[in-house]
Amino acid sequence: MLKDIVSFVVGSARLAFRGGRLYYAWLTVLGLLVVWGGSAWWRQVTEGLIATNMRDQVSWAYYIGNFTFMVGVAAAAVLLVIPAYIYNWKPIKEIAIFGELLAISAIIMCMLFVLVDVGRPDRVWHMMPFVGSLNLPSSILGWDVLVLNLYLLLNLVIVVHLLYTAYHKRPYNSRFVVPLLLFSIPAAVGIHTVTAFVYAGVAARPYWNSAILAPRFLASAFCSGPAIMLILFQILRRTTKIEIKDEAIWKIAELMAYAMFLNLFLFGAEIFREYYSDTHHLIHTQYLFSGVHGHRALVPFAWASLACSVVAFLLFLFPATRRNLVTLNLGCLLIYTGVYIEKGIALVIPGMTPDTLGEFYEYVPTLTEVRIGAAIGSIGFIIFTVLCKIAIPILQESEEPADPERVQAEAA
Amino acid sequence: MSDASHDHGSRNERPEPSVDRRSLLISTGLTAMAAVSASVAGAAPGFVERLLRERFTELSPQRKAEILDQLELEYSQRYGREVSVENTPPMDGVEFAYGLDIARCVGCRRCVYACVHENNQSRDPQIHWIRVLRMEKEHGIELAESTAYYEPAKVPEPDAFYLPVACQQCRHPACVKVCPVKATWKDADGIVVIDYDWCIGCRCCMSACPYGARHFNWSEPAIPSEEINPKTHYLGNRPRPKGVVEKCTFCLHRTREGRYPACVEICPVGARKFGNLLDESSEMRYLLREKRVFVLKEELNTQPRFYYFYAT
Repeated sequence: MLKDIVSFVVGSARLAFRGGRLYYAWLTVLGLLVVWGGSAWWRQVTEGLIATNMRDQVSWAYYIGNFTFMVGVAAAAVLLVIPAYIYNWKPIKEIAIFGELLAISAIIMCMLFVLVDVGRPDRVWHMMPFVGSLNLPSSILGWDVLVLNLYLLLNLVIVVHLLYTAYHKRPYNSRFVVPLLLFSIPAAVGIHTVTAFVYAGVAARPYWNSAILAPRFLASAFCSGPAIMLILFQILRRTTKIEIKDEAIWKIAELMAYAMFLNLFLFGAEIFREYYSDTHHLIHTQYLFSGVHGHRALVPFAWASLACSVVAFLLFLFPATRRNLVTLNLGCLLIYTGVYIEKGIALVIPGMTPDTLGEFYEYVPTLTEVRIGAAIGSIGFIIFTVLCKIAIPILQESEEPADPERVQAEAA
Repeated sequence: MSDASHDHGSRNERPEPSVDRRSLLISTGLTAMAAVSASVAGAAPGFVERLLRERFTELSPQRKAEILDQLELEYSQRYGREVSVENTPPMDGVEFAYGLDIARCVGCRRCVYACVHENNQSRDPQIHWIRVLRMEKEHGIELAESTAYYEPAKVPEPDAFYLPVACQQCRHPACVKVCPVKATWKDADGIVVIDYDWCIGCRCCMSACPYGARHFNWSEPAIPSEEINPKTHYLGNRPRPKGVVEKCTFCLHRTREGRYPACVEICPVGARKFGNLLDESSEMRYLLREKRVFVLKEELNTQPRFYYFYAT
């Protein structure tokens, strides 16, 4: 047993280091970005969060926006797990593990975004259950810490089990891993719901204090996560020997069209309520879409996001355009951009502009914030790249001779 | 539930059983790690101890006293004069409340700066616990039409009135509810306090506060040595570290000893009232009985202890 574990760890490490020039060049570029952003973070740690453009009026911004967006990306796994393990659809079952790898990378990025946002990174251990003083059940952020860690752990266990058994050319233990996979579905819904509740529970901020915020989070997450997934699949298909069938990609694109429809519908419902009732609370939406008192920093982003989402929806709606790889990829980029703006910018900042006493402080991120964001993004990419680098050969080697065995195991 | 446990827990001097397990976990697991990193980084002695220190409210009385002594020494050295750090508990049978007469307030902002001096707020960048909003008379109380940045040659201005806003010391404080680490709680006399040595600076409370009462130390707060108020309270006006949240505490270092808050004393027109709600003869009880009061954003059910009224 111990020997098996050691050989798996050593073998995985060997796979991670075995790469061509392109692989190392990619990692080097990412590494340089990490250093560039890391030095900005060090400056932020020594000077304080004054290095950002956040102030008392807009006290959450770029970091928390990115955190929220990445929670959405982590959902990608679910859109693969559902067709794979509930409907037992083989083309997606073969690639579902990449969703879990992406989820692991995305959750780690989420945690890093929270870490760089807090004023006292030296005290984050105060949030650890039992060791610190996690304020449950009343703090929603407290619950978020729990569910995010649970979701990370769940995906780690699933991935390690799948790879470990594949490495030793054994069928995976479906009685162990399938319940975990099924549990990861409500867990993914959980991380979105709880993250949405962090905002929706704040009565002081009418822009967030909406019952459909959690459903909107879910709908947009089921677009943005898979959008990255589809592009990564095509890259993996070209750069590695892994086989990813067109039908799998088309099916995911179809599911994304439904999710995008829901996302736009819920958005429309919110917009109707705001503009028709036309109360004081409308000012946040107005700040976003038309500007107030000459404060217009977010207006171009708001319309760009909406345009991206609508065009992408149309591209994914028609089978002809979602099956054409050019328009499909364009759609993915548009969705990614649209949802990134929606969650990263258009959710957090207008919620705090104007502030609770009516003051307008117009926030735009500093270069320090952008650099730190780039570093965290690069860390996420490094993790995902290395995980894929390890997973692909292991899965391929086990596929070829062990296939009949695996089918048997699944039947049993 | 959590509120109640805080109210009593903050004065509960008996260590809970969980503390032992916690200390054990911390001392075994983290000390070694932190000691290594601290020695590598060449950090000052006490760095590790401070990094791993437990929540103040859960410490034994001896440990609390030690920490207060430590803080006094540290502040005295930093500011070159003797600074005291007390931990005066709430008085029995006292629940504070505040009254503000909008008809009298002239918008001079003396209270803002008296508060800054009394409570050792940072001068650079400036932190103000009191925000005086200038309202247009024709709009009435309308936050969207108000501004805190008015600079007339003379106050009051003929077409304006003024609404000073600070922490409303809510009975249902949204800020306490959202804090992920129990670094802020409501004490028995109704004052919402913050442990600056436990706050992680996540700013959930700032999102949750409907009154913009909470302020963040975006950088290391700067106070000139000659301007430091040397009489301080652990949960109140002691100098704060960077990266934590602070707010008005009804001057608890004064009011828990029977004095008025600094803003009440400085107000040149007597617009500010303060007293004990449980004392029938107090000014606050008189005010609630004889005047017509209102609170800000009553629809949010925060139930402030801060009452506004028009005396005329």
